[in-house]
Amino acid sequence: MTATQEPTTAAEIGRDRRRKEDQRLITGRTRWTDNITLPGMLHLAMVRSPFPHARITSISTEEAENAPNVVAVLTGADLGEGQGACINAWPIVEDQVTPAHLPMPTDRVAFAGETVAVVVARSAAEARDAAELVEVDYDELPAALDLKEAAEDTVLAHPDLGTNVSAVWKFDSAEAGTGGDVEAAITEARSSGIVIEREYRQQRLIPAFMEPRSVVVDPTGEQITMWSATQVPHILRFALAATTGVPESKIRVIAPDVGGGFGGKLQQTPEEMIAFAVARRLGKPVKFTETRSESLLTAHHGRDQWQRLTLAATKDGTVTGLKVDLIADLGAYVAIVGGGVPVLGAFMFNAIYKFPAYQFQTTNILTNKAWTDAYRGAGRPEATFAIERLMDELAVEVGVDPLAIREKNWITHEEFPFTTVAGLEYDSGNYEAATARAKEMFGYDELRAEQAERRARGDKVQLGLGVSTFTEMCGLAPSRVLGSLNYGAGGWEHAEVRMLATGKVEVVTGASAHGQGHETAFSQIVADRLGVAFEDVEVLHGDTQISHKGLDTYGSRSLVVGGEALVRAVDKVIEKAKPIAAHLLEASADDLEFSAGRFAVKGTDQGMAIGEIATAVFAAHNLPDGVEPSLDSEATYDPVNFNYPHGTHLCAVEVDTETGQVKLRKYVCCDDIGVVINPLIVAGQVHGGLVQGIAQALWEEAVYDENGTLVTGSFVDYLLPTAADTISFEIDHTTSPATTNSLGTKGVGEAGTIASTPAVVNAVVDAVRHLGVDDITMPCTPERVWRAINEGTSGGATTEAAMPHFDETEGGDR
Amino acid sequence: MARISLTVDGQRVSDDVEPRMLLVQYLREKLGKTGTVVGCDTSSCGACTVHLDGRSVKSCNVLAIQADGGEVTTIEGLAGEGGALHPVQEAFRECHGLQCGFCTPGMIMQTVDLLAENPSPSEEAIRLGLEGNLCRCTGYHNIVRAVQHAAGVSTGSTNGGSSTEGASA
Repeated sequence: MTATQEPTTAAEIGRDRRRKEDQRLITGRTRWTDNITLPGMLHLAMVRSPFPHARITSISTEEAENAPNVVAVLTGADLGEGQGACINAWPIVEDQVTPAHLPMPTDRVAFAGETVAVVVARSAAEARDAAELVEVDYDELPAALDLKEAAEDTVLAHPDLGTNVSAVWKFDSAEAGTGGDVEAAITEARSSGIVIEREYRQQRLIPAFMEPRSVVVDPTGEQITMWSATQVPHILRFALAATTGVPESKIRVIAPDVGGGFGGKLQQTPEEMIAFAVARRLGKPVKFTETRSESLLTAHHGRDQWQRLTLAATKDGTVTGLKVDLIADLGAYVAIVGGGVPVLGAFMFNAIYKFPAYQFQTTNILTNKAWTDAYRGAGRPEATFAIERLMDELAVEVGVDPLAIREKNWITHEEFPFTTVAGLEYDSGNYEAATARAKEMFGYDELRAEQAERRARGDKVQLGLGVSTFTEMCGLAPSRVLGSLNYGAGGWEHAEVRMLATGKVEVVTGASAHGQGHETAFSQIVADRLGVAFEDVEVLHGDTQISHKGLDTYGSRSLVVGGEALVRAVDKVIEKAKPIAAHLLEASADDLEFSAGRFAVKGTDQGMAIGEIATAVFAAHNLPDGVEPSLDSEATYDPVNFNYPHGTHLCAVEVDTETGQVKLRKYVCCDDIGVVINPLIVAGQVHGGLVQGIAQALWEEAVYDENGTLVTGSFVDYLLPTAADTISFEIDHTTSPATTNSLGTKGVGEAGTIASTPAVVNAVVDAVRHLGVDDITMPCTPERVWRAINEGTSGGATTEAAMPHFDETEGGDR
Repeated sequence: MARISLTVDGQRVSDDVEPRMLLVQYLREKLGKTGTVVGCDTSSCGACTVHLDGRSVKSCNVLAIQADGGEVTTIEGLAGEGGALHPVQEAFRECHGLQCGFCTPGMIMQTVDLLAENPSPSEEAIRLGLEGNLCRCTGYHNIVRAVQHAAGVSTGSTNGGSSTEGASA
């Protein structure tokens, strides 16, 4: 009845399989949310506030209601409690100040772009036309725009809260018992060592996924179905149920094809909530698809910190302490992860180094700008930038090569597992090996020689070399740790393996891919472990009715958490199959061994393939007594630790000292991400990550004017890099398998972005340091570089120039 | 309303459209050609790139009525008989030139045009030729490899028409 399965000969893990996903995507056979059309579907257009802070005094909807094919015009008051609320899942301190966040506010808007009314019409064009006819009267209020000013509470973003300070969160190694007293280390360094004090700006960025967000809601079935361009269908379903009172079991959320996210789509958005409320109210399917301008204006932004940093070291460059005091701009509301983003960076400023003392404090500030939340790396790029810039400054102070200062302070490979001053246990790594390989690929010594030669002859184009030896914590996350940090959910992941009667395999994962290639990589894992053909594995995800349980995709967690859940589910299938195989083969289970998809009786040529057993189980004619006729298995895995990829990134730039123009010359990196499942997919993740990080260094910034208007509100103004701006990269890997998951894998989704920003800025500064420059504010535009060279400033920051440090009297109480 | 008749992916179609309707809206909303997508509203991203009379155009920057009497090829009409992939489609898969796939229809259509104009482009020519198409996932590295791969395997003449310039901006 079944053909004997050919044992798999080639190992799938480590193979550069072409992606299963691609056939549809390259032929246009796609299921983006905006492609979905349902019978009788209505279209929404949002009426948005042009002011960053204002009281809504009246909304006149009559003219819009009378426009052609308009079905309804609804305000926040009309929707009432049915609109639910946007939740913050991570109140980082007990007394966090968290403004109530209605999807559509009724009395006051808190940022430019906030929705005050929604127009429902038979076509999207008619809805948009009518939205222009809605008249809203506002009383403008003073707006809290500049982060530093907002931190002083000069103007309140939410007057009723009495302060802009949402939370102050602190970690101190002396108090935590993980290290010494940082103040003592700084005091000692002031008298007999080196103290580096800097203030760095992490500019505001916009994730700018290519597919604008879109949501379709169909209320006509027994369940209300929502299709959304989201990274987090499971979390979204929970939030819908928790805030609208609709039972979770009556809501189905589907993330169909999703066109990128980078953290930008892990939100529970006002637009999703409004669409849900309108569909329920009208009893008809509705769709809302944002324009790019709406996306840039209202989808959450990322980064946006001022970092005040004090690094203490001995004269020979051994770091004795690091103190971090930052203010972070949350925007108008505390988003779903929101204030937790800086906290995700708190454990990473010490990076790969053995610092004996460490203190971190973040002060999270509310302003009247778009809300901020996770953007690729989420807290860790900010931390990595700060420490990797500081280590370069320390190298200059000591007078040694930047790689030498790192080597002096890093954890050596013999020292793993290593408990850091921030209290994390790094399980594995080899910084020496990755650095050696990167140097070799880069031609480090040759480029240093060229740099010296260009300096000597006063070339107008100077060469700069930048280093970044990063690590990150990813694979979010051990639930117990999340609980200890007051996060509102766990960090586990779920998987199920279904053995079909024909021997094919369905895999259900709670991770929710939006471009990562999970279908391919997860198929490889299952094919290898279960010994079935790669083509015979189907990966299902992104629909709460199929994947009923999951915590979705962000924080480089899909493979290291979701993949491990999958491994455990597969192992359960094999475990269930074993007694059945023994029964069918008339052998003792103890005499069976499973390999390459086949149970064999030791010492004989007798055996059965897993697919044959699946068929026998389906028929259920001849099973051992009391054995249920199913091999299907599921597993929910809660990671025991974070996951710590690392790598050495080297960047060479050419800086035209007459124009300030920066040109990428060469970029190499050697990342240690443990065991690689699919090198092709990994390379893609690294390349894409690199460009996003490089873009922060050189091009991107979300800029508001003094009226609180986002002036980078289109792709004409927000400078996403093009193919012509970027170069080809050289990447390689060293392998220190993770010891905390079965496959030895580490996350790779965020690595490139976390590592590359400081490598580039270090290179730019290195190119012009001999001209008296020790910092350039990001993005390092030609104007800023030119000013740094000619005016000796960091290039004219957006708000103000970076300054030497604060003194003790003003530290810590902001 | 204005009556237009044109050929899209080899199929003759005829519709009454609002004069302001964009070609991309016509393709998506009237014809269900949802393989072509909209990524921005300033003609910056190129996700909506199709061929109009053999030239690549950003279909968000062309009115449907401007395509009257014309011949449009979208990503859905690029594969050959029996679904045989166009060499550029094949190259994007082979070289992992896509991740989320949202920019991919535009990238592929622009690449076909680029190679029709210059069958053996340098890396710099490829990068300049794709400057009007944004991708947020790949960092462009593997897109450039895909174009090089396609240039190596295709004759450069598989495109239906010829072109003298890239996508209009």
